[in-house]
Amino acid sequence: MAAAAEQSSAQGKATTWHGIVLETLKRNEIKLTPYVPDKVLTPLIKNLHADPYFTTFPTAREEEAVGIVSGAWMAGMRGAVLMQTSGFATLANVLASLAVPYQIPLIMFVSERGTLGEFNYGQALVCRTMRPVLDSLALEHHTITRLDELEFIADRSIKQAITTQAPVALILNPLLTGGKTFDK
Amino acid sequence: MTTTQRNTKVMNRFELTQRLIKGLKDEAVIGGIGNTNFDLWAAGHRPENFYMLGSMGLAFPIALGVALAQPQRRVFALEGDGSLLMQLGCLSTIATLAPNNLTMVVMDNGIYQITGSQPTPAAAHTDVVAIALASGLANSSWAADEDDFERLIAQSMTASAPTLIGVRIDDKPGTGTTRRDPVQIRERFMHGMGVRQPL
Repeated sequence: MAAAAEQSSAQGKATTWHGIVLETLKRNEIKLTPYVPDKVLTPLIKNLHADPYFTTFPTAREEEAVGIVSGAWMAGMRGAVLMQTSGFATLANVLASLAVPYQIPLIMFVSERGTLGEFNYGQALVCRTMRPVLDSLALEHHTITRLDELEFIADRSIKQAITTQAPVALILNPLLTGGKTFDK
Repeated sequence: MTTTQRNTKVMNRFELTQRLIKGLKDEAVIGGIGNTNFDLWAAGHRPENFYMLGSMGLAFPIALGVALAQPQRRVFALEGDGSLLMQLGCLSTIATLAPNNLTMVVMDNGIYQITGSQPTPAAAHTDVVAIALASGLANSSWAADEDDFERLIAQSMTASAPTLIGVRIDDKPGTGTTRRDPVQIRERFMHGMGVRQPL
């Protein structure tokens, strides 16, 4: 399923969610893509590594990745951070003390755990903290559930983040990605 | 680990920061929270300076981002020992990406000076330069004194790998106070980095 061939059809013709995300990042000149891995994000991470356009690498913590893309933005290179729901839960401090007050267009892709078939109670609980944290800082966020809406939402949100100098969280719902299920 | 620190002089953060700034032209400098960036501010504001007003521990990651975005520009990062303890994993990331234009300085006094001088958990038994070396940053060393600090800074300018310099400092507070205007700080820094023009 996750083969690079699936998103190799070139010129914005990707048919998988991860292919569409990759092409949308490229179209918006987002080259720097640090991540803390997630099972669902695996095909995206694999294809980012395979594409020399991107500088992609793991970080030890999500806030570290936020620091890296913030520094890069201020020096003229666009980035986006990939993470899982539980990783987002570690970001309240850096959002409130760096991204928001310094007006940095932090672009976050969050693979959503904790809903629609979650098997780990801790994941289900931490998921419930995500939207309240985003809302408490009045941050733009979208939960993407449909493949046919993904490109529109991601592309427009990235452009809005950059032009308004404000962070955005794009939450990749299991309805879009398939999520992580009991047997994986 | 005390053997590696025994001959290192206890210096002063502001004096070291002044010595660093004195020799700079268009290099970027990222100042970690609290006293570290207060002394950077007091040493004389320049548009290539970035001052953190929170996000403790992110001076090195922010500097890494700048270094990746502008590989032709030298990037300095000044961080306190307590701050670094919050984000030790970044040393592994930096060792892996290995930007040769990044020079990191750890201002180590073993205390959280700004919150009341409480000792850090690392104060008694941990050697931050040894941590950096073990993280894969081979160009990591303690500065023996002020002249050695300047020598290590100069050496880092032409190094083929990132450099980390540990300096033992006293328990003095910062000399000035950064103007806490995050939007202006970021905007001025972007002008300093040449990625934007003022309106």
